[in-house]
Formats: sequence, C-alpha cells, structure tokens
Amino acid sequence: MIEQHYNFAFLDERTKKRIRRALLKAVAVPGYQVPFGSREMPFAYGWGTGGVQITASIIGQSDVLKVIDQGADDTTNAVNIRRFFERTTGVASTEITREATLIQTRHRIPEVALTEAQILVYQVPMPEPLARLEPRRRETIKMHALSEYGLMHVRLYEDIAQLGAISRAYDYPVLVNARYLMSPSPIPKFDNPKMHMNPALQLFGAGREKRLYAVPPYTPVRSLDFEDHPFEVQKWEHACALCGATESYLDEMIVDDQGSRLFVCSDSNYCEDRRDGGHVGTQQAVSLRNVVPDQSEPGISSAGGAA
Amino acid sequence: MKPGVLLSARQAGKAFMQNGKPRWACRDVNFDLYPGEVLAVVGESGSGKTSLLRLLAARLACDEGSVHYEVRSEQANETNGLTDLAQMSEAQLRRLARTDWGFVEQHARDGLRMNVSGGANVGERLMALGARHYGRLRQEALSWMERVELDTARIDDLPGTYSGGMQQRLQIARNLVTQPRLVFMDEPTTGLDVSVQARLLDMLRELVDELQLAAVVVTHDLAVARLLAQRMLVMKDGCVVEQGLTDRVLDDPQHAYTQLLVSSVLTP
Repeated sequence: MIEQHYNFAFLDERTKKRIRRALLKAVAVPGYQVPFGSREMPFAYGWGTGGVQITASIIGQSDVLKVIDQGADDTTNAVNIRRFFERTTGVASTEITREATLIQTRHRIPEVALTEAQILVYQVPMPEPLARLEPRRRETIKMHALSEYGLMHVRLYEDIAQLGAISRAYDYPVLVNARYLMSPSPIPKFDNPKMHMNPALQLFGAGREKRLYAVPPYTPVRSLDFEDHPFEVQKWEHACALCGATESYLDEMIVDDQGSRLFVCSDSNYCEDRRDGGHVGTQQAVSLRNVVPDQSEPGISSAGGAA
Repeated sequence: MKPGVLLSARQAGKAFMQNGKPRWACRDVNFDLYPGEVLAVVGESGSGKTSLLRLLAARLACDEGSVHYEVRSEQANETNGLTDLAQMSEAQLRRLARTDWGFVEQHARDGLRMNVSGGANVGERLMALGARHYGRLRQEALSWMERVELDTARIDDLPGTYSGGMQQRLQIARNLVTQPRLVFMDEPTTGLDVSVQARLLDMLRELVDELQLAAVVVTHDLAVARLLAQRMLVMKDGCVVEQGLTDRVLDDPQHAYTQLLVSSVLTP
C-alpha cells in the first residue's frame, strides 16, 4: 500500500521544515500572508496544492487524517488527496470529524465543533482579499502594512448600492485579530462565524500564489459589514431531506426537469451521524416554481413532487 | 493676529536623471502659503508646474531644499508647527493626503475609481477613515453631490457614464468630503468646453470661499489664475521667474517672459 520510493508524505524533510518555519511565522502574525517556496506537486493547481503541502509538512505517524471537498468525504478531490496521503504516509484516515486530528478542507468547515486537538488545513485559490480591488501587488502589501482597508468597504458599499445587500456569499472578507484583512478561502459565509474563537488551529495554503497564513486557536475573526447592514449568514426555508437538520449548510440539487430540488446537508459526515442517531428528513424533493411572490398563490414553494 | 503659514517651500527642487546627468524639473522654489489663500502656478508646458505640484503634495521627494506643512495635531485647534514632509513617515503622509489634503487631477479618470459608483467614490475617504454606517455615508454623498451641482439621481451610476465636466465635479466632491484645508489642483479645467469651464470655476470659487480652503492651482490658463488666485508664480524652464499678487503680475508684468505670456492671451 505505501509507496516506498517517496519520502514520508512525499516532500523531502528540508522542504517540510521550510514550510513549518513559514507556518510558525504565520501563526505568530494571525492573518498575515507569509510567502513560501511552493513546490510542484503531483496535482494540478486548483486541486489544493497549497493545502496538500501544509498537510504534508505537519502530518505525523500518529495523525488521523480527514479530507473534505465541498463538505463531502467521497468527492473526487477528497478521495484523491486522501489516497495520496494513505499511499505516501500510511497514516490512518477517517471520515468521522470527531476522530480526525488533521482535517484538510476545501470550501467548508465541518458542522461539528472542532477541538484544541485538531488542525484544520484550508486550500486557498486566491489568498489576497484585495486582489480584485487593487491590481498592484506592491500596493496591496502596503495597504496591509498600514491597515488601510477602506477599499474593501467601498466594494461592500457598492454591493449595497447596486443590489440592496452585500452580495458576496462565499470568500467573504474577514478581519483577523482586529488587524489583518484575510480571505477565508472560498467557504460559504455561513461558515465565517465558526472561525471566530475556534479552539482548533486553522492553516491556509495557496500553492499557485505561494502564500500561507493562519488563524491560531481562540483568535477573534470578524466578518466585515456596515453598522446598518450587519453581517448575516444564509438561511434556508427547508430542512435537510435526509436527516431533517435545520442548522446546517444545505446543498440544493435539481433532481428532474420540472425544477424539483432536493435540499441535503453539505457536510456528509454530519448528515450520516444524524441519520444514525435516528433523525429522519422528509426524504422528498421540493418543487420550487420561479414565480414572483405577488401572484395569487399563497407561497412560492410547496411540498411534494418527485422524491 | 496673522495666521501661521500653512505650506512653505524652501529652495525646493526636483531633478530627473537624463543620460546620467541630472536635469532639473524645478529648482529653487520659495513661497509661503497661508490658510484660505489660493496660489496659481502658471507657465508653459514643460516648465515644471506639475513636478512642483507633486513635490508639494509629497508625491515626489525633494532632491534639494524642503517642503514644510503645518500638520494638525490630534487636539482640535492646536498645531505642531511646520513639519518637513521628508521627515514624516509614509503612513503619516498617506493619512495627511486623504484627510487634510485634496488632489484634483487633470484627468478625472486618474483621480476617480472608475469601477465603482459616484456615491462610493465620494464615500471612499470616509470609509478609509473608519465610517461604517451605510445610511450616513449615502447621506454625505448625496449632500456633496448637491454641493458640486451634480444630479443626485445619478449617485449609483458609474463615473464612466458621466460627462467630462461631471467627472471633474465628482472628483472635487470626493476630495472635499473630509474637509481638507489644502487642495492641490492640476489643470482642473483643461479639456472642458468654455461654458462648462466657467460654471466649474464659479463653483470652485464659491467652495474655496465657503470652506476657507487654501489651494495651489497649476494652470496654463491665465484667466483661471485671475479668477481663482490671490497670488501667482510664473515658471519658466523649472525656475520661478516672477511671483506676486495676481493682479499685479498680470497687469504689470516685470519679467520678459511674463510680458510675453500676458501679451499672447487671445481676447475675443
């Protein structure tokens, strides 16, 4: 099972040490983007090369690894990365959030609260939150140094002015430890509050951009907003069709050509756990019609349709 | 009591290297600017007007001499006296540039954020200073748009859809929103047609008077200098050849170049 031709966790010891040194700096300055010597990995960019390098640098023989992609353990990205580490390290892997000591994630934070014994590693495509607003890299570095973050609020102002609300639903900018503006990676803004004062160590790696940053345990993380337009997370009118959860982040899947949608938990392990605990959902898709609410029908959604 | 000097240039000069040799864009400039006073800098193209303006606004560093500014201290109505701009940290200068100063660019596009609406442009400085209330920001943007005679219905439009004159007004509003004491203007009316120019100048004159703004206006248009400025500097080849009260300089030019400049104005 274990590939003998590679060093433990694929990278050589010196590279891992370099990355760990960069990580120490990142932990010391929460939210600050530390440059690091990103290596070519046997994955394409966009597949989580930054996260994989962090995981490879900190994984030990006794770790238990869990890999999440969009909340699920059994999607392509998660399966491949988990198999990569199984083959190059031989460490145990799990799908159960509570049992994992090291969790690499893409696009989600698990619904189950994390503990001090766990490390969460994020895959980050674009680490610079100001990138779309200020194209000059030198200027963004200066803006971080002087904590000039008015520009981000100009963007949020513009959202409210044009759309009536802050439209950003994922990668919603946060201020870490009341100092650095940070991109939380493309997690839904639903997960932003979970970063705040989280007991687990949170590490972020961007392989293509060659940056890593961290949120140490128990660090305040605040989502940017306006006093009269406070930060809000997504809400759903429906519960999970499989486990009946109303508190979790739901995926919306179109299941037929009539517009029926199935709402299920995005965190597959959380959903499974609840079903094992005896929770049951409606097991049915809901039909949503794209109608404007002022038509004579009582509601825009009604239960029923194909399961 | 005579108020203190607001901005003071002392032998200020800036050189650019050309073929390994320094070429002075402007040199040996001396003047004091008092609060509420408007100073015009006139001269032909390439005479170093804009370089001088950039020196004064600390966008360029002096190669010779210095520029001093009376920085407002944290307590209101108290000042630290004149401070050499070269001695200030970049953080202080950037703060100064977006609170106590304004800079109106010749091309409004350079001074505006073209990818956000007019309202966001006006609110940007306030947000940079920590304003976090959308409703109040919007109120402020509306009131400033009104003051610079912009149609408030266009608050959510991109500046790219504004006419040239409107963009220039928006740029002025965006600079004045933090109530600066000193505004630098680089050819604010160039490129606008004559009637728009006249209205803009009228508005500028009113605003300068009402807000007790000090201003340094770079222009090659002597009429603009006459209308706005109390004093003027005449520049040629990087040197100040004549300075004095606007009316004196224009009506009784002493230097040969100033005489040439005044006599070459076309009068319809």
